Amino acid sequence: MILTYIGIFLVSVGVLFLFLGALGIVRMPDVYTRLQAGTKATTLGALGTIIGVGLIQPEWFWKTLIIAIFIAISNPISSHALARGSYKSGIKPFLKDDDGIDTYADVEDEEVDR
Amino acid sequence: MTFTFDIIILSVIVLASILVAVRGIKGPTASDRILALDSLTTITTAGLVVLGLYFERYIYIDVALIYAVLGFVGVLTLGRYMEGGL
Amino acid sequence: MSRFLFTFLILFVAWLGFTTSLHPQELITGAVVSLIIAFVAFKTFTDFGLSFFHPQKIFNIIKFIAVFLVALIKSNFDVARRVVLPSLPINPGIVTYKTELKSDTAKVFLANAITLTPGTLSIDVIGDELFIHWIDVISTDPEVIFNEIGADFEKILKEIFE
Repeated sequence: MILTYIGIFLVSVGVLFLFLGALGIVRMPDVYTRLQAGTKATTLGALGTIIGVGLIQPEWFWKTLIIAIFIAISNPISSHALARGSYKSGIKPFLKDDDGIDTYADVEDEEVDR
Repeated sequence: MTFTFDIIILSVIVLASILVAVRGIKGPTASDRILALDSLTTITTAGLVVLGLYFERYIYIDVALIYAVLGFVGVLTLGRYMEGGL
Repeated sequence: MSRFLFTFLILFVAWLGFTTSLHPQELITGAVVSLIIAFVAFKTFTDFGLSFFHPQKIFNIIKFIAVFLVALIKSNFDVARRVVLPSLPINPGIVTYKTELKSDTAKVFLANAITLTPGTLSIDVIGDELFIHWIDVISTDPEVIFNEIGADFEKILKEIFE
């Protein structure tokens, strides 16, 4: 019974963070800041929602845990790939004033072996 | 679980999906659209798991797992394509 | 041999997770498939052997997960604050972060952990330099950057992977 209440709490908090992440994606000024809001908030939101459901239905717990681990590993990797792809395709980051720093601009043109 | 709780949770998830879709339609560059797709995948995975709770069907969990895997591979491919390394 | 057993164990645990069933048929199929894949792929799959399951390392892995979860929750409240405030308090920039880790696996985990901690997003790794998009640049001093972004993770990862 107590597990059900913890599950309901986790699902509610998770959904709240999913909504905040979506709001961040709409409000932020450029791709990189949107990635920041999107990745972090949707990751915790999805983790909370999915594990919460696993606690409400205890026989589903292991499968939901697998999904949660997969999301926690895969989400940062896809945002990393997307950020690098955006920079290589020529999108400059939004800087607040003229002396904002961008050290990645110096190495962008060098060919690096991977 | 109680009926109203599931409905409220699913409504918030739908609202979040609509907000992300707005960015996907508006988004000035291609990166913004791929980012919207990525977030939509994560939100939909959570939504499918909650739907499974609502219908009390275990199969939705399997669908959510496969959806997460395929969405991850898709976004990774698009990211590499943006970079020009595909 | 030790690497082969390590690969087999990881694959078999993954199989158990995906099927979530202890029926003998499932177990035998999983064992056979894991054996075949481990035999073909163990050389490229991992650099670690069974010594990875040393209790000290297991303890460090649990510690890493705990530190990581606390950082994830903190970063979410940080993002929530920035998103909800009408003035949108951000001052973004890209900084260089020098890591002391040598192993490639450790660098992957460091980059992932940095992406999910408050206000940072790793963009690229070249050699021992990570390029990090920081949503609120408070300093360009390498010392401050190191302590502010990844010092906690670096210590634990060094004990796990080296």
